[in-house]
Amino acid sequence: MKPARFDYARPATLAEALALLAQPDAAVLAGGQSLMPMMNLRVARPALLVDINRLPLGEITLAGGTLRIGALARHAEVLASPLVALAAPLLPQALAQVAHAAIRNRGTLGGSLSLADPAAELPACMLALDATLVVASAARGERRIPAGAFFLGLYSTALASDELLLAAELPAAAPGWRFAFLEVARRHGDFAMAGVALALGPNAARLALCGVEAGQRRQPAAEAALAAGDPAAAIAALASTDAMDSPELSAAHRRHLAQVLLRRALAHLEAADAAA
Amino acid sequence: MLPPDEPTAAIACTVNGQAIRTQVPLRRSLVDWLRHDVGLTGSHVGCEHGVCGACHVRVDGLVVRGCLMLAVQADGAAIETIEGAADALTLALQQAFFEKAALQCGFCTPGMILQAAELLAANPAPSRAEVREALSGNYCRCTGYQPIVDAVMAVGAALHAK
Amino acid sequence: MTHIGQPLPRAATARLVAGRGSYLDDVSARGEVHAAFLRSPYPHAGFRITGTEAARALPGVVAVLTEADLAAVCQPWQTKTGSAPGMVSPPQRALAKDEACYQGEPIAMVLALSRAVAEDAAELVEVEWQELPAITNLAAALEADAPPAHQGLTSNLAWSTELKGGDIEAAFAAAALVVEDRLTFTRSTGVTLEPRGVLAQYNPASQALEVRISHQMPHQLQRHLADLLGVPLGRVRVICPDVGGGFGLKMHVYPDEIATCAAARLLGRPVRFVADRAEALLSDIHAREHIVEARMAVDAEGRILGFDVQDVQGLGAYSIFPRSSTTEGVSALRSLGAPYRFSAYRGRLRSVLQNKVPTGQYRSVGHPVGIAVAERLVDLAAAARGEDPLEFRRRNLVAQAEMPWVNPLGARMAELSHQQCLAKLEALLDLPTLRTEIAAMRAAGRCIGLGFASIVEFTATGPEGYGRAGVLVAAVDTVVLSLEPSGEVTARASISEIGQGTTQGLAQVVSDALGVAPDQVLMGSGDTATTPHGGGAWASRGAAIGGEAAWGAGRKLRAEVLAAAAALLQCAPETLDVRDGRITDASGPRMTLAELAETVTFRGYELPAGVQPQLTVAHHYRREQDTALTTNGFQASLVEIDAETGIITPLRHWAVGDCGRLLNPLLVEGQVRGGVVQGIGEALFEACRYDETGQFLSGTLADYLLPMAGEMPDITVAHVETPYSGSVLGAKGAGEAGTAGAPAAILNAVNDALAPHGASVSELPVTPGVVLRALGRLA
Ligand SMILES: Cc1cc2nc3c(=O)[nH]c(=O)nc-3n(C[C@H](O)[C@H](O)[C@H](O)COP(=O)(O)OP(=O)(O)OC[C@H]3O[C@@H](n4cnc5c(N)ncnc54)[C@H](O)[C@@H]3O)c2cc1C
Ligand code: FES
Ligand code: FES
Repeated sequence: MKPARFDYARPATLAEALALLAQPDAAVLAGGQSLMPMMNLRVARPALLVDINRLPLGEITLAGGTLRIGALARHAEVLASPLVALAAPLLPQALAQVAHAAIRNRGTLGGSLSLADPAAELPACMLALDATLVVASAARGERRIPAGAFFLGLYSTALASDELLLAAELPAAAPGWRFAFLEVARRHGDFAMAGVALALGPNAARLALCGVEAGQRRQPAAEAALAAGDPAAAIAALASTDAMDSPELSAAHRRHLAQVLLRRALAHLEAADAAA
Repeated sequence: MLPPDEPTAAIACTVNGQAIRTQVPLRRSLVDWLRHDVGLTGSHVGCEHGVCGACHVRVDGLVVRGCLMLAVQADGAAIETIEGAADALTLALQQAFFEKAALQCGFCTPGMILQAAELLAANPAPSRAEVREALSGNYCRCTGYQPIVDAVMAVGAALHAK
Repeated sequence: MTHIGQPLPRAATARLVAGRGSYLDDVSARGEVHAAFLRSPYPHAGFRITGTEAARALPGVVAVLTEADLAAVCQPWQTKTGSAPGMVSPPQRALAKDEACYQGEPIAMVLALSRAVAEDAAELVEVEWQELPAITNLAAALEADAPPAHQGLTSNLAWSTELKGGDIEAAFAAAALVVEDRLTFTRSTGVTLEPRGVLAQYNPASQALEVRISHQMPHQLQRHLADLLGVPLGRVRVICPDVGGGFGLKMHVYPDEIATCAAARLLGRPVRFVADRAEALLSDIHAREHIVEARMAVDAEGRILGFDVQDVQGLGAYSIFPRSSTTEGVSALRSLGAPYRFSAYRGRLRSVLQNKVPTGQYRSVGHPVGIAVAERLVDLAAAARGEDPLEFRRRNLVAQAEMPWVNPLGARMAELSHQQCLAKLEALLDLPTLRTEIAAMRAAGRCIGLGFASIVEFTATGPEGYGRAGVLVAAVDTVVLSLEPSGEVTARASISEIGQGTTQGLAQVVSDALGVAPDQVLMGSGDTATTPHGGGAWASRGAAIGGEAAWGAGRKLRAEVLAAAAALLQCAPETLDVRDGRITDASGPRMTLAELAETVTFRGYELPAGVQPQLTVAHHYRREQDTALTTNGFQASLVEIDAETGIITPLRHWAVGDCGRLLNPLLVEGQVRGGVVQGIGEALFEACRYDETGQFLSGTLADYLLPMAGEMPDITVAHVETPYSGSVLGAKGAGEAGTAGAPAAILNAVNDALAPHGASVSELPVTPGVVLRALGRLA
C-alpha cells in the first residue's frame, strides 16, 4: 500500500502555489488525512503534490462581524478556538465528532471542504452558517463563493483544478440564533451515517444534512417550515430528500435518520432554551 | 536500497533530539522512513490509511498519524518517537501499562501511549469516558481496552495527587 | 513464596512499552528484496499471463514470478483430514495456475528493491482475464444451478456429516414445547494489528532455508516448508519474533508466504513480504460464515430433551491447509448446548465451497456460533414458558454429581462448575437490584436488555484431535531448562508467545518448580533452531500443556541441583531444598544456585567421582485423557438500544469463568476481556461483506469495523477455580472463552431489549439496519 510516484513541491508563497496548481494533475496537499490514504491505496494518483503547509493560511480572526477561518486551520485549532466558540458555536459541536485527536491535529478545514465528502460534518456546517468561501487561482485571481454554490455533489465542488481554497468567512452568530449539530455514527469519530446542522433564528432557519444526499445542500422546504414554526412539517419534508443508497445504508435508512436527528435537534434546542 | 531513478528530496530535521540531514524518497511516509531508514521501529504500521493509530509519532509536539505524513514533510520539524519520548508523562504511562497489563502483543502500545500522554497533558484528570474518547482513534485488538483505560486513569490520578 | 497464581506483570512487556520490541518488519536482511503480489480482482476467473516484460523492465525490479517459475521449487498442497473423510478441496498453489477462485488469490509476484516499486511493477503485469460465474452467497451455493466454485466441480458441497446420538424423533415427539430459529452469521476475520509478514533467506551453499515470520507455530510451518519446498526439515529454520497478534489467523499455510519462501530459494537472496492492510483483509483467513436452523425440544417440566440442527458453513475456495476449515463447523455443533443435560441430538453439517478467501480456525473456533444458537433457543424456551431465563438454565445445567458427563454427541465433560459460576454471576450482578434498575430505565422509555450465555469451551486439544485425523499438528509440548553459571535459568519452550503472556505463566511455574525467583527464569520460544518441536500457540494450550512441561522440567532440574549440591555438601539430597535461588538445609542457606552452577561448570574437580549433574533437562508433556479439556463459564451483557437509530450500546458486561488453576490471574483476565471485546465486535460490528457480483466490500479498516475504546463497556471478570485433576497444575485453557460467549450474551441482551417492542433479531452482526428492520422502522 505505497503511493504511486509523484512530484512534490512546497511553495513558500501563495503566488508560487497558484502557479504550481496550474500544472496538469496537480493536487493540493493540506492535512493529508484524506488525500494520503487515497494515495496509499492508489485511488488517487496526482502527478504533482503541492504541499501548502508552509503558506500562512491558518489564521482564525473575528472582525466586523465576520469570522474568518483560514483553509489551513487544523480541526483541533478550530475546535479549541475561543473566537469560533463565540461566533460560530455550531462548529465545535460538529468538530468534536470529526475523526480522532491525532487526525484533528493535522486535518484542515480547507481540506474537508475541498474534498466534499457527502458524510463530512464541516460542509453541512458551512451551509447552515451561511459561509462564503474564498478561493484563488493564478489565472482568475480571487473569487468568493457562497457555500450553497460551492458544494456541487459527491466529492465535487466549484473549485477549479487550478484553484486553492483560502478561507471560509462566516457571519458571526446573531443574537437570538441557536445552533445544533447532531449525528449518528457507528463508532466514535466515524464519518456520520447521517447528521444535521441546524441554525435556528427568529422566524428563520438554515438546515443542512450530511451523510444523506450525495451533494450537501440546504433543505429549503424544511427551512421554510421551521421559519413558519411548523417543526412537524419540517421533519416531514426530509422524507423527500434525494438520499444515497448503499448496501449497508439504504436511502430509506438515511432519510429516517435525518428525520430522527432533526426532531432531536429541535428538542435539544428547546431543552436548552428551557434551561436558560 | 532504492531503485536508481526513485525521486528523492533533501530534508533536515531532528529525530528524538538528534539532527539529521538526508535524502528521502518523495513517496516514503514518515513512519516508513523512521522505521526503515532511521532504524526507529517503535512506531508500527497497522493500516497505512489512517485508521489504527499504531503509527503515531510526535511532530513539533503534536501526535500525528505517521502513515499520513510524508517523510519529506518532516523537513524542519522536531520528530519524537516512542523510543525518544522521555517526558515524565510518557515514562509514567509506560510503567503503568507494564504494571496493569495494558498490552498483550504490544503492537498498538507505542501509539496508544503517545496519544494518552497528549490527553493527560491537556486534561490531567479525565473521566473514564474521556479517556475512551481520546483513545478512540487507536485500535487495540488484544486487550479489550479496559486495562489501557485503567493505566491512563492511574497515571492521571497520580498526577492529581501531586 | 509461591509464584503460581500471582498477578505478576509480564516481564517481556517492558520492552514493548518502550517501543523496543522486535516484530517481523523491524528487522531487515542485507540485500533483501521486497515482494508484492498481483492478486485476482475477480472472485472467479480464468487467466493467462501474457506479458511480464514491462514489469521486469521497471528500474529496481529484480524478478517477476509466476506459477510456472515457482513450480520448479514448490509443490502444490491439498487439504485432507481423517476427520472429514471424502472432503473435496482442490489442490492449492503458491501462485494460482490458470484459474483464480477467490478475489485476492495471488497469481504473480514481483520482487523489487522497494515495496513501492514492486507495487508499480505488479500493475504492469499483463493478464488476459476471462471472468467466470462466481458463487459467493452461502445460501445460494448449494442450489442446483449454482455455478461451481472451481471449474469442473459438479457441486459446491465439499463435505457433509451428521453428528447424532439418542432418539431424536422420540425427543421431539415427547416435547411439550419446541422452539426454533434460523440464525445467520456473517463472515468476520481476525485483524491482528500486525499484519502477516515473512522474511525468507535461502543459503544455496548450505541448502538451508531461514524464515522469520509473524506466526503462531514455528514447528508446524517448518514441517510444511520442508515438505513443500523439498528442503530437509533440519535445514529449515523458522523464527517467530514478537508477534503482533495471532488469534488463529497466523497458523495456516498461506500461498503468499509460501511463495515468498520459494522465491528466496529461487533467487538465493532474502525476500521480504509484509501484507498491507488491504491485502490482509482480502487474504487472511475469514471465519464463522454460517446459516444455522435449529430446534430444541423441551418437556412439560422445562427440561431440554434434544437439539435438531442444520448448519451450512461457508469454506471459501479451499478448505484451509493443514487443519481444514470443516473443524469450525464440527466445533460449532459440538459446543451447541454443551452445558446442558439432554438425551438426543442430531446435527447436520454441510460445508460449502465458495469463491471467497478460505475460512479457517479463528479464536474460539466454532464455539461462538454453537453457543449463540443454543443460548438463543434457551431464551426462546424460557420466554415461551414465561420463566426467568436463568431459572430455565439452572434446571438444565449438568450438575456436578452427574459428571463426568458424556452427552449424546459423545463429548465428555468433567469437573465443570456450572452451578458455582452461575451463583457467582448472580452475586456479581446483584440481580434483584439490577432488575429494578432495568425496570426503572424501561419505565423512563429506554430500551434496555440483559442477556446471558452459558458456555462450555473445549480447550487444550490433545493428540486425539489432529493426530487421529492424520494431520501433522503437534499436540505434545516440551520445555528445556538450563541452569546457567550465573544462577539464572534459561528456558526454551515449544509453546509460542503471541501476546497472551504464556511465557510469563511458564516462568512462574518454573520458578515454583525449581525454587528461583521468576525474573531469574529467562524464557525463549518461537525458534525451531533453539526450541524443541511442539505445538506453538493454538487451542488455549499454553498453560494446560506447556505449563505441565514447564513443571516437569523444573522438578527434574531441581532434582539434579539437589543431587549435585548433596554431593558437594556431603549430605542426603532429602535434607536439602531450593528456595529463592539458594540451596538450603535445616540450618539455612548453604550455597546459591550460581555457586553450584559455577562449581559444576568450571570446577568439576570438586565433585565426587561419578557425579555428572545434568544442568540441562527437558520434559515433554502430552495429555492422555480426553480429546480436549472442557472449561465452563457464564457471561451477561447489559445493552441499550436507541430504538430510533438502531444503535446498540453495550453498557456493562460480566464474565465468570472456570479455567481450572489460574497460573496468573492478570493474564487470564486480559485474555477474557480481550476475548469478550472480540466477541462484541463480532456481535455488533465486524462483517466481511460482498456485493451481488461477489466483489469484496470490506477491504479497508474504514469498511471493516473493529470495536474501539469509545463503544466498549467495562467488563467485570470473576473466576471459579476447579483444577483439572488429570494434571499436576490443574490449569485448563483460558484464551478463548471470552470470545466464545460474548456474541450469545449480546444477542440475547439485544433480544431482551427488543422483546417489549414485539421484535427480535437472529442475525450477526446486529447492525443498526437489522435493528430498525426488526422494529418495523425500516422496510
Ligand atoms: C480515520 C479517519 C477518520 C475520519 N473521520 C472523519 C469524520 O468523521 N468526519 C470528517 O469530516 N472527516 C473525517 N476524516 C477526514 C479528515 O477530517 C480530513 O482531515 C479532511 O477530510 C481533509 O482535510 P485534510 O486537510 O487532511 O485534506 P487533504 O487530505 O490534504 O486533502 C483533501 C482533498 O482536498 C484538497 N485540498 C485540501 N486543501 C485544499 C485547499 N485549501 N484548496 C483546494 N483543495 C484542497 C486536496 O487536494 C484533496 O483532494 C477522517 C479521516 C480519517 C483518516
Ligand atoms: S498505520 Fe497509520 S493509522 Fe494505521
Ligand atoms: S496489545 Fe495487541 S493490539 Fe493492543
